[in-house]
Amino acid sequence: METIFARATANGRAGVAVIRISGPRSFEAAERLCCSLPTSRGVRKLFGADGELIDECLVLSFPGSASFTGEPTVELHLHGSPAIVAAVLAELSKQEVLREAEPGEFTRRALDNGKLDLAQVEGLADLIDAETEAQRRQAMRVFEGGLGAKAEEWRKALIRAAALLEATIDFVDEDVPVDVYPEVKELLLFVDAELQDEIAGSYLAERVRDGFEIAIVGRPNVGKSTLLNRLVKRDAAITSDIAGTTRDVIEVNMDLDGLPVTFIDTAGIRTSDDTIEQLGIERALKRADSSDVRIFIIENNDLPEIDVRDGDIVRRAKADIKFGDQRGISGVTGEGLEELLAEISRTLADRVSTVGVAIRERHRIAMTRCSEQIAVVQKEIASGVPADLLAHQIQTAIRHVDSIVGRVDVEDLLDEIFGSFCIGK
Amino acid sequence: MFHVKHFDVVVVGGGHAGCEAALAAARAGAETALVTLRQSDLGVMSCNPAIGGLGKGHLVREIDALDGMMGRAADAAGIQFRLLNRKKGPAVQGPRAQIDRALYRAFVQKEFANVIGLTVIEDEVVDLIEASGQVSGVELLKAGKIDAEAVVLTSGTFLRGVIHIGDVQRSGGRMGDRPSVRLAERLDSFEFPLGRLKTGTPPRLDGRTINWEILDQQAGDDDPALFSSLSTAPAAVQISCGITHTNEKTHAIIRENLDRSAMYGGHIDGVGPRYCPSIEDKIVRFADKTSHQVFLEPEGLTDPTVYPNGISTSLPQDVQEDYVHSIVGLEEAKITQPGYAIEYDYIDPRSLQPTLETKSVKGLYLAGQINGTTGYEEAGAQGLVAGLNAALAFQGKSPAKFSRTTSYIGVMVDDLTTRGVSEPYRMFTSRAEFRLSLRADNADQRLTAWGREYGVVGDQRWNAFSAYKERLDGCKAALEGEQITARELSEAGVKVNPDSEKRSAYSVLSLIDVEPAHLLALRPEFSDFEERILRQLKCDALYENYIVRQNRDIEALQRDENAKIPLDFDFEAVGGLSFELKRKLQATKPATIAQAKKIDGMTPAALMVVQAALRRPAKDLAG
Repeated sequence: METIFARATANGRAGVAVIRISGPRSFEAAERLCCSLPTSRGVRKLFGADGELIDECLVLSFPGSASFTGEPTVELHLHGSPAIVAAVLAELSKQEVLREAEPGEFTRRALDNGKLDLAQVEGLADLIDAETEAQRRQAMRVFEGGLGAKAEEWRKALIRAAALLEATIDFVDEDVPVDVYPEVKELLLFVDAELQDEIAGSYLAERVRDGFEIAIVGRPNVGKSTLLNRLVKRDAAITSDIAGTTRDVIEVNMDLDGLPVTFIDTAGIRTSDDTIEQLGIERALKRADSSDVRIFIIENNDLPEIDVRDGDIVRRAKADIKFGDQRGISGVTGEGLEELLAEISRTLADRVSTVGVAIRERHRIAMTRCSEQIAVVQKEIASGVPADLLAHQIQTAIRHVDSIVGRVDVEDLLDEIFGSFCIGK
Repeated sequence: MFHVKHFDVVVVGGGHAGCEAALAAARAGAETALVTLRQSDLGVMSCNPAIGGLGKGHLVREIDALDGMMGRAADAAGIQFRLLNRKKGPAVQGPRAQIDRALYRAFVQKEFANVIGLTVIEDEVVDLIEASGQVSGVELLKAGKIDAEAVVLTSGTFLRGVIHIGDVQRSGGRMGDRPSVRLAERLDSFEFPLGRLKTGTPPRLDGRTINWEILDQQAGDDDPALFSSLSTAPAAVQISCGITHTNEKTHAIIRENLDRSAMYGGHIDGVGPRYCPSIEDKIVRFADKTSHQVFLEPEGLTDPTVYPNGISTSLPQDVQEDYVHSIVGLEEAKITQPGYAIEYDYIDPRSLQPTLETKSVKGLYLAGQINGTTGYEEAGAQGLVAGLNAALAFQGKSPAKFSRTTSYIGVMVDDLTTRGVSEPYRMFTSRAEFRLSLRADNADQRLTAWGREYGVVGDQRWNAFSAYKERLDGCKAALEGEQITARELSEAGVKVNPDSEKRSAYSVLSLIDVEPAHLLALRPEFSDFEERILRQLKCDALYENYIVRQNRDIEALQRDENAKIPLDFDFEAVGGLSFELKRKLQATKPATIAQAKKIDGMTPAALMVVQAALRRPAKDLAG
């Protein structure tokens, strides 16, 4: 087993920069730099091979049982200057027992050493990338092993269902339970209901990770772009009195009460002879359709240009110059703005509350396959398929559950997952 | 009397493991000797008078497919044949038969009299000849030393066997006398890890004193399913078994006397089988049940002894009398032999290789109850594995490795050698993860050609199988070549959408509710084919779609099986494994990842750690 090292904090100037060394010879390697390694933590002077002082820093040492990777690990908390970091890395490179870590290698070792399961690794990746509070909370649930615990519960229920069927097969001549099918069906229903919830939640989990899209839709010149600029507090879109100013789709990201959202300004919808404007309108309709929430800005008593879905928001335009209305809004004065943001936030928070512990497409695929397989079993029970085949089908469902936490065919997943890690994590 | 002092293979013990071991070694071309105290004991059934059942019936069919004896003997001696799970899928149907003890023994005696290259020696093995980890023969009490290339030990429960009847104990096993102490000491000197197990028997009854008139009868099947593909019909007269039940009075008697039971009185430490509890166990563990089923199984057509299946016990004799007489129909029943429990040491089968040769002593093979199993079928199958491989080894041929993917025998050997046992090991169909393709009905298709390559399948069977296989393939081709429209099917009452695509006659057979008879109604020309062939194709077709998927799993498993763990791999040095798992892995020394996977308490995370550790050297070199 090689001993590896890498910078664990971002490039550039900072208060502190951390270098991590992990592997059987990490203690020995660190000792060469700091002369005497502290048993858990201590301030040490670091010297280069030529005896020159490089930095004075905080040194932490972890035995394998207590470290992130499951191997003996040393962390050097340096002063955060690029020159100091470069000098220490250079000194470490000179040591023959060490090599620089590959991207994601520390985490991979944590997985290999049984410190994390596959889903936890994914949770960790998201945790590191989390920028908003909701993203952090979601990633934390997975990192804590929530998905693994769920999968274990489903697995137990399915194994029980299979075992009940097995009992009727192998102990036919003995005093076996009378009719096992009611309990088998109940177990299948239970697992399937849980899967359905998690599957539904996983779509939203992706939104929490990648951001919700909120489209502003309306006829030309109702003030959509002005509203956008006001929402994001800068001139993101060009505004004018001329109808049809916005021709393309403009996107702006922001953090709304901890949730990542992307506001989208679209071309005003009308029939137009202008080819370019018409293209913009088509694009606007398409984006509006795929958005999570649409804010319709309407004038007078016009009907919205496209169907309003549950959770969409309708507002009357230009509340500053038009007749006062409770549901009015103005990008110019900001009237109704706070109330609009609050409503969006409420709508999204409602949806996010259904997010469970499954957050990746990979999880969803495995859960969907399991759920489909359960449907097959339920259908086969109804049509009187013999118990040996049913038990076999349930085994297949169990394998789908297993793949969530990486019990089978993990090799294929590993490279992909570790590819998304950057060095030093 | 024999004259040679050298054999290729010496088999010690003449039970079911010993018989199949000796016969298999002889078939595979080894000059073989079987040592037993009395030649007349060959073919004795020491426990219940039945062969087969779920999982067990599969094993017998596999022994038969490899040209072993058990299936033919059971067909010759069967007096009541029943196919268990007849209403469930063919994959879990298990043939079972009540056996006439005398007929069974007579068949075995005749078989041994006719085998070439097999000598039966009436003597007692007092020691193994061993030097520097290699067995080179046995020492007999009367005849002295005999050289052998390999020794197959099938000595059952002789290792510290103790029989308990209530609070009375005596040292059990017919080899309990002084000379065999040396053999036991020799085995001890090899320092195999040992465990202790127990098993029980019911009191035997005199059938002439049972009131059959008032009892329910269970008849055999009208259409008996036999064990051997060489048999055509039962040879003996067919009879019924009786069924009766324990009652609250029975349970009260047993409860009052629990402290006098060997098991509950604290005289027994061994672990008994959960699936075959004594009547004491049943009453304690299932206290809310007021009645348990008892099958009254005749031990033969001419022998009045009856084996009451379901009331095995280690209570004292007087209590046995009382509770037996409390059961309906047994009020006047005479006990001819009291029930007893036997406790014995077994050798942890994780000390064995998949050939059943011990890992530490070359040339020594173990088979049967000594490995912690129970049952004639399990014993016979192990005997076949050990005998065949002992013969192959001395011939310098590569071993016959039974795989989990192709046989129940492979499942059993793999379970034993990688997982060990914690209770007497019995076969169940649920132990076989590839059960849909490991069926009793296709044992010959799975194993006969394979066994022929290892020389264990004789000419007579090979010719019979080849001819059968040709007819089977011909019929299958004909069925695949014939198209039937969905409308025809629908009109014939088959549940299909009349507008769906037409399909081949073979694929029609794969529909769950289509039987060969339906097919013949639609296509009378197929009635030229034998019924047996059509029935077989029905089984094959039914599972085909499932098996395609299952084969993908088998491939995945084989990828795992192929991931070898070097024999000197140091599990202690692997980080992230619990102390307990490290110890288990170090003790078992799994040869592959697939074997490691099956170790008790092995978690997916732990398995990944081992896989990762295995990958490491290669990666380190590359890096």
